[in-house]
Amino acid sequence: MKVSIWKGGAQGSFREFDVPRHPSQTVLDVVTYVQRALDPTLAYRYACRVGMCGSCAMTVNGVPRWTCRTHVDKVAAKDRLEIGPLRNLPVIRDLVTDMGEFFDKWARARGQFTGGRTKRDGFAAIAPSSEERAQIDAGIECIGCAVCYSSCDVVTWNPDYLGPAALNRAWTLVRDQRDQKTVERLRAVAGDAGVHSCHTHMSCTERCPKNISPTAGIAGLKRAILKSALKGEL
Amino acid sequence: MLWIAQRASAAALGVCVVVHLAVVMYAVQGGLSAAEILGRTRGNAAWFAFYSFFVLAVTVHTPIGLRAILIEWLGWRGPSRTGFLVIVTALLASMGMRAVLAVFS
Repeated sequence: MKVSIWKGGAQGSFREFDVPRHPSQTVLDVVTYVQRALDPTLAYRYACRVGMCGSCAMTVNGVPRWTCRTHVDKVAAKDRLEIGPLRNLPVIRDLVTDMGEFFDKWARARGQFTGGRTKRDGFAAIAPSSEERAQIDAGIECIGCAVCYSSCDVVTWNPDYLGPAALNRAWTLVRDQRDQKTVERLRAVAGDAGVHSCHTHMSCTERCPKNISPTAGIAGLKRAILKSALKGEL
Repeated sequence: MLWIAQRASAAALGVCVVVHLAVVMYAVQGGLSAAEILGRTRGNAAWFAFYSFFVLAVTVHTPIGLRAILIEWLGWRGPSRTGFLVIVTALLASMGMRAVLAVFS
């Protein structure tokens, strides 16, 4: 199989390798083979290999994917693979991007939980069947792989845009009855850098390997912001 | 908030455009001449109010959408962009109301 892999920084280029095919081979297996057998200088990132850690995302044949759970048979049209770094993030070297800005935006979207209870208070009772809990469950499994961020055209056009992952995180906290900073969070995610720039293209929802819909969360945040603004809280 | 204004004006435009197109089709099929149409619209307060509202919705909706396009396509921010949008808004309002006044007074 012919595999083209990005080499170098932002100004690099694709380099072609011949890689043997195996049954049930993943894209991460391919990259690992190249580094171990063909080019020991190849830089890439991975940790868990089982779709939990979110560190191995790359652009595979033009589409951002988690490479450890992406089988070559599913994506290698005509037995060819083109593997590059994630889009919308600065390339450090080869397949490794600088994720700093991506995670800084989680902080800017007030992605930190702020509880109001002390160790002397009892547990908050949240019914598993409540609407809020169901909405949190739908968004909470994010592994921070940045596939959505890399798929989002609004991030490309407007580099200040917080992006789907950070906004999804904000949404799960806005629905969390224990959190005390809802108004501050809504203020942080409103406006040009936040939910109101979303074009509802739904690339994030289409590509999320965990089947989360950040678009639904963003729509929920827009509703919450509208309600809060009408109450005069924002 | 700009977003609410954009959504509300879009909803208003949806209704206005449908009414406007329906009236145009009705007037054309009925074979009305320009003079006959003007005869019906001049001094008609209801149509004057409708088209003034239409112009208002356009004047609110267009600059907000244009603002997003200028940010995303050209990266144009700051006071110069705001100034440009103020000029566009003034042009839309004045041209729109000039047309409305020509038809109704």
